[in-house]
Amino acid sequence: MADIASDETSGIPVAKTDRSADQLHRNVLIGLALLLAIAPFVAYPVFVMKVLCFALFALAFNLLLGYGGLLSFGHAAYFGMASYVSAYTAKNWGLTPEFAILSGTAIAAALGLVFGALAIRRQGIYFTMITLALAQMLFFFCLQTPRFTGGEDGIQAVPRGRLFGLIDLADDRALYWLVAAIFMAGLLAMYRIIHSPFGEVCKAIRDNEPRAISLGYRVNRYKLTVFVLSAALAGLAGATKAIVFQLASLTDVHWSMSGEVVLMTLVGGLGTVFGPIAGALVIVAMQNYLASLGAWVTVVQGVVFVICVLAFREGIVGVVAKAIKKPL
Amino acid sequence: MFELIGVPPQALFGQVLLGLINGSFYAILSLGLAVIFGLLNVINFAHGAQYMMGAFVAWMGLNYLGLNYWAALLLAPLVVGAVGIAMERLLLKRIVHVDHLYGLLLTFGLALIIQGLFRNQYGSSGLPYQIPPELRGGQNLGFMFLPYYRGWVVVASLVVCVATWFMIEKTKLGAYLRAATENPTLTQAFGINVPLLVTLTYGFGVALAAFAGVLAAPIYSVNPNMGADLIIVVFAVVVIGGMGSIMGAIVTGFSLGLVEGLTKVFYPEASATVIFIIMVLVLLVKPAGLFGRPA
Repeated sequence: MADIASDETSGIPVAKTDRSADQLHRNVLIGLALLLAIAPFVAYPVFVMKVLCFALFALAFNLLLGYGGLLSFGHAAYFGMASYVSAYTAKNWGLTPEFAILSGTAIAAALGLVFGALAIRRQGIYFTMITLALAQMLFFFCLQTPRFTGGEDGIQAVPRGRLFGLIDLADDRALYWLVAAIFMAGLLAMYRIIHSPFGEVCKAIRDNEPRAISLGYRVNRYKLTVFVLSAALAGLAGATKAIVFQLASLTDVHWSMSGEVVLMTLVGGLGTVFGPIAGALVIVAMQNYLASLGAWVTVVQGVVFVICVLAFREGIVGVVAKAIKKPL
Repeated sequence: MFELIGVPPQALFGQVLLGLINGSFYAILSLGLAVIFGLLNVINFAHGAQYMMGAFVAWMGLNYLGLNYWAALLLAPLVVGAVGIAMERLLLKRIVHVDHLYGLLLTFGLALIIQGLFRNQYGSSGLPYQIPPELRGGQNLGFMFLPYYRGWVVVASLVVCVATWFMIEKTKLGAYLRAATENPTLTQAFGINVPLLVTLTYGFGVALAAFAGVLAAPIYSVNPNMGADLIIVVFAVVVIGGMGSIMGAIVTGFSLGLVEGLTKVFYPEASATVIFIIMVLVLLVKPAGLFGRPA
């Protein structure tokens, strides 16, 4: 595993903690909160909510790759499963949105525990293939249980409901504040995780697993924990998405969704704290503008993938961080 | 007509044969993946797309140039292999010095491009490809009806797999390849042109995928998406077998195809997931894979 997390010249760029950068990070967080506060007045709220859901998803993915050194190619499983559970409980059990989202997140975490425990038994490229294969297994499961997932149709017309039974979320603005709050909570939680002693150990394992083992850390327990956290955050994103778009479908669990979240993180900057947000914004905006092109969107995404890997491995935020010589 | 464990033998052996055919595709594709991974340290995500390209080159050859199946069987691997060589020289070569996860991401992007382009051109409903006249019809073996073409696919795949094994394990070229897999720097120091070997290996792995694609064209329709789902199953096959052994990849591929075929007879609901379930079991019992060396 030591070769996955590598030095700055060759490998995936990794974020380093630096006390002097904490102030900058705090400012960026405050700036983001302010941006979120004015966004619904200057942009179409549904678009912003879509960006926020995918940004949270990409942040979750990046937590695992950037700080655990583990490339999962099956994150659609947690996103999609949470989306189904959230939609199903909101529609068929009449759960209020907060409980629907929570149940989706909990199921995603449980799924992450099972899949993670299996996947961490192998390292490197095998880990990636296992996560992809497990996610594909879940895809077939969803395809074959139309009673739960609605099959090809998905679960449509999911009620947005009333938050805490009080606030009607049918209004886009009201829903926006909920989504923004969830996103900010997710971002802060992730920020807290990577700066905690636990996060430091994860980074140590990423950088040098044998050394971490020799220091007495139970490496697999840390890997599994970061996997479950990542799955839960991805689930939170998926569950919220189901409420926003009132839809859960096979697209959410398909491997192309796993590819999309990799692309977002890659464009924004692997292993940077804020990169996935920028990446999600770029990719969601691109999909919106290119929607009329139909199948060409796939080709464009492929081209972006190739260009990023060949010439833009640092990503947007990685480039900015390099320019100001501070980790972001 | 007698019955076997409650299943008519025609259905049973028909599915067994179909399972063996799928197994031969798993074997050829995982063989290609293993050879490429050994030397390039890249998991070739575009393998499924290259398999699909093989089928399309056969279809295009027939419909645009009037080339028959046998010519396609020879030409498609060469054409797609050449495309693969170009990919290696122009793109993959540029990222050898970075983390090999980037190789996976690059080839994933390439797969998206290739599949998207073919989908734009030919739609996603699939195009028919006729079985060559020499192999139409079949033989009644008493317990089952054997279509000639299906028998041919299994035999041809076995021959290609064994030939590949022979080439890698028993010839001088194979010895160079194994040496370069073990230690490229030292092999280079002995005067062997390793970069050329890398390019040729990638081309060869891709050609194998294209060969499987041509074999598949008359059985499944020629479809831009035909490789996308298959490659994920092949990844699971690779996890089960481990990439350390050539013979291991062949044996694992054929047996998993067989198991999948049998599942289709006895419990069809699980036929799409059975290989993934086996992967889970193998991970629990023998994490390094059936033929893998423990890390």
